[in-house]
Amino acid sequence: MKNIFTRNRHRTERIGFAAITLMAIATVLPIVATVIYIIVKGAPAVSFEFLTDFPREGMRAGGILPAIIGTIYLTVGTAIFSVPLGIAAAIYLSEYAADSPLTRTIRIAIINLAGIPSVVYGLFGLGLFVLFLNFGTSILAASLTLSIMTLPVIISTAEESLRAVPQAFRTVSISLGATRWQTIRRIVLKEALPGILTGVILGLERAAGETAPILFTGAAFFLPRLPQSPFDATMALPYHLFVISTQVPEMPIQIQYGTALVLLVFVLTMNLIATVIRSRARAKRQW
Amino acid sequence: MNKIVIENLSLQYSDGTESLRDISLDIPEKAISVLFGPAGGGKSTLLRCLNRLNDLTEVKASSGQVLIDGVDILDPGTDVITLRRKVGMVFARPVVLPLSIRGNLTYGLELAGEKHRSKLDEAVERSLKLAALWDEVKDRLGDPAIALSGGQQQRLCLARSLALQPEIILLDEPTSGLDPISTGKVEAALQELKKEYTIILVPHSVQQAGRTADYAAFFLQGELIEYGEGKSLFTAPKEKRTEDYITGRFG
Repeated sequence: MKNIFTRNRHRTERIGFAAITLMAIATVLPIVATVIYIIVKGAPAVSFEFLTDFPREGMRAGGILPAIIGTIYLTVGTAIFSVPLGIAAAIYLSEYAADSPLTRTIRIAIINLAGIPSVVYGLFGLGLFVLFLNFGTSILAASLTLSIMTLPVIISTAEESLRAVPQAFRTVSISLGATRWQTIRRIVLKEALPGILTGVILGLERAAGETAPILFTGAAFFLPRLPQSPFDATMALPYHLFVISTQVPEMPIQIQYGTALVLLVFVLTMNLIATVIRSRARAKRQW
Repeated sequence: MNKIVIENLSLQYSDGTESLRDISLDIPEKAISVLFGPAGGGKSTLLRCLNRLNDLTEVKASSGQVLIDGVDILDPGTDVITLRRKVGMVFARPVVLPLSIRGNLTYGLELAGEKHRSKLDEAVERSLKLAALWDEVKDRLGDPAIALSGGQQQRLCLARSLALQPEIILLDEPTSGLDPISTGKVEAALQELKKEYTIILVPHSVQQAGRTADYAAFFLQGELIEYGEGKSLFTAPKEKRTEDYITGRFG
């Protein structure tokens, strides 16, 4: 009798274990399938010319250079605004702010900011940056809009990384005659940097792949030349992909997939960099 | 000669934990003064008053005076940075900063504006020798400090305070996590240091209090019960509560 029970228990456990394993694999499948599909369909289109040429024949031939350059501009522009602001906000919340109604409000605002649909950011950017501040449909307006969208990610991951630095380091540093700021600059930020960088890259990666926020604020359907100043509109990979997938009749399908592949590689490379930074820092961490 | 004069010091933390009640205490220079008693008696709180580390904690109310060399350091106008360079501290758990061995030692000096490499090197060697750690680490000063053993780390922490050439050293149960051999080394270092420095030690046991104390103060629930020369206090305490604690009847 006893043996039967144990065997049953073993079997139940094995089935349960197998089910969980399957589910874990199932979560990986969509991403793997997507990547493989895009590579297979898009790789034939990607060539040196595709990456370095302007679109030709109503975008039905040629390359996607302006969209690539535009996405790089927008990502850098977003970084310029969101990184200093985000890190400064995180330092304030983690190191200086006492727990008060004000800081609680700030925190709630940040959490809610992260939940706003990206198209709403787009409309907000249109209202504030394009129209009210009169930046026009431009890289500047689009970068600022993307920055607002990216901020919550940067702030929350940076704050988390700062808080993970042991309190004892701060106490010791202060006891050695350091000011708060010296402590932050020389010890806390240094230790939190890999975590902060990871958050920054993940935030920028999201910005690089978004369409809706730049739709009304900086993205151009087609431009015959590269943008010359931050006040110019620009082409960008995600919007270009949207355009050639839905707005251009008789579009060769491999160009669509080729563009998708380039965007995917762009974003996954950023992701990979973040992962490498994180795992290296974990291996090196001494507390 | 009294280095520190504490007059009617009272303090309460906002969260209602440990507090000090009307403490008056004269701490002589160039000697080891030991603050002992059961946990929660106010020993650490008192230490943290002496370098104003309590500024980092929310304090509900405090009153009284702490005079170091005749100057009230609790005065709001006190330059706490200078104070903390003058009053070094070693904590219960050795906390080395995430820097090299050398980096830990030069940290405070660099913040104080010392840039000359020769001066920094000199401070590194001097403080490591004082903390009886020089021979063990002199060939690997560039290594991460975290690679040292617990006992070595704690002596590094001691050396780190000494590098700033303080006048007073506060030690909050500095050997609580150490093995007997490391503890012995730290205590031996303290015996040397007291020739030059004013040392205030919260020991991790009554035995350590007895071994090290030139002067001893017994704290119980935020009050100073008895204070006197170590020898007489441990052999013939005047207060019954002190005697009960020393002989192990409570605590």
